[in-house]
Amino acid sequence: MVHQFCFKGINIIVDTESGAVHIADEITYDLCEILTPPLFEACPEHAYKALSEKYGRYEVTDAYGELYSLYKAGELFSEEYKGPDSKIPLTGAPIKALCLHVSHDCNMRCGYCFAKTGDFGTGRNIMDFETAKRAIDFVIERSGKRRNIEIDFFGGEPLMAFDTVKKTVEYARGFEKKCDKVFRFTITTNGLLLDEENTDYINREMSNVVLSLDGRREINDKIRKTVNGEGTFDAIVPKMQRLVKLRNKNKDHYIRGTFTKENVDFCSDIEEMLSLGFRNLSMEPVVLKGKGPYPLSEAELPRIYEEYERLCDLLLSKENTDQEFLFFHFMIDLDQGPCILKRMRGCGAGFEYVAVTPEGDIYPCHQFVGHQEYKLGNLYQNTFDFALSDTFAGINLKTRSGCSECWAKYYCGGGCSASNLTVNGDTAKPYELGCKLERKRVECAIYLKARRMMG
Amino acid sequence: MKHLTKLCSATLKKSAEKGGCGECQTSCQSACKTSCTVANQKCENKK
Repeated sequence: MVHQFCFKGINIIVDTESGAVHIADEITYDLCEILTPPLFEACPEHAYKALSEKYGRYEVTDAYGELYSLYKAGELFSEEYKGPDSKIPLTGAPIKALCLHVSHDCNMRCGYCFAKTGDFGTGRNIMDFETAKRAIDFVIERSGKRRNIEIDFFGGEPLMAFDTVKKTVEYARGFEKKCDKVFRFTITTNGLLLDEENTDYINREMSNVVLSLDGRREINDKIRKTVNGEGTFDAIVPKMQRLVKLRNKNKDHYIRGTFTKENVDFCSDIEEMLSLGFRNLSMEPVVLKGKGPYPLSEAELPRIYEEYERLCDLLLSKENTDQEFLFFHFMIDLDQGPCILKRMRGCGAGFEYVAVTPEGDIYPCHQFVGHQEYKLGNLYQNTFDFALSDTFAGINLKTRSGCSECWAKYYCGGGCSASNLTVNGDTAKPYELGCKLERKRVECAIYLKARRMMG
Repeated sequence: MKHLTKLCSATLKKSAEKGGCGECQTSCQSACKTSCTVANQKCENKK
């Protein structure tokens, strides 16, 4: 499968199955567009004919020669990757990542919250250490030979359960040598409760910290409010700035915003983040169903595409300046990224990644929490629905509807089953708007690589 | 080549040979928590 696109004057040809990406001149781009595999040594007559008004026969022959050599090398119109299926976990995959919902309570009331203001509709609760301990025991037991174990402290607001966080980290660290595991702790926080003590702790113990901020004060404060309905910008920004300033540069962090229909001009939010001194940035489209002020729809797509292009310009304009920044979804490593098997498996929800609630309930991921029909088990009852987990393990690019035909599949990994459920009421039915946004982001990421290469 | 410049080689299928170790980060855990991009994860296979 070949995908061609022209982005700000650069002609790009992506060969999906091989991962090869080419920058083409105009004639080669035009010619590639009208070719269909299999290719043969001689350029087909219909191609000469189709391009005869624009190019001479000799020029077309010359361009075809280069395309044909790519074809022969397996870098153009390459065949679909067939396997090995044996390496894609279809059943009994080890669980190696936990989203630990240490707090099903939150000190904010955000307008777009998918967690139903923090408790996921399951009642406000804080995870006690006993439950967290069982979760660590569970992941050690279920991770098999996997060495790297990821624990994300999530909520609600996880700093409302800071005591549980500290005890859990200490408990898990105790197994690292004994069980030959490496625990990577991360935390996703709204920042309201950050203080000197927990900031220092997070910077010491967490390999990544995700700080939620939506950018401009008026945008952030309209949606991200305290329980009393007040804006949070002024309270959280200095705390986040302090954390980032003190953070070791070798450790990850992200300022993560959400954009809704109200701020499809989200580059202005990125610019605000830059002016506040933040450089590792992520801005996510809200995933909500229905009408109202926040859900995105097809009507916003052209404007969002434009905004992603504006973001490319902004990113390039800041390179080699003191405002140089990273944007999470544009950080695609074309050569050294994950293997094709990882790309086929995608997020791993339900089989290598699960979420645990304060009650010890296990769900396929944080976004499934509260959907009883997807509950995988409970740590206190020692239950785990292997059949349901295997259903998730069996989901990959080949089984997901629409993915086989998508040129961006190996960059995306198959999308999000939870988003599919939220918007379409079916984990298997692709959230098309999300797919379109992902494809645009991938085009942007490839364009940025091309632009840098061309100088 | 005078018409084409290679931005990235055909490395994808070859990556399967030593791939599938499962040690890399869960994509959703890194920064997004709502939408997937798998290609920006780092390979952890040191073999």
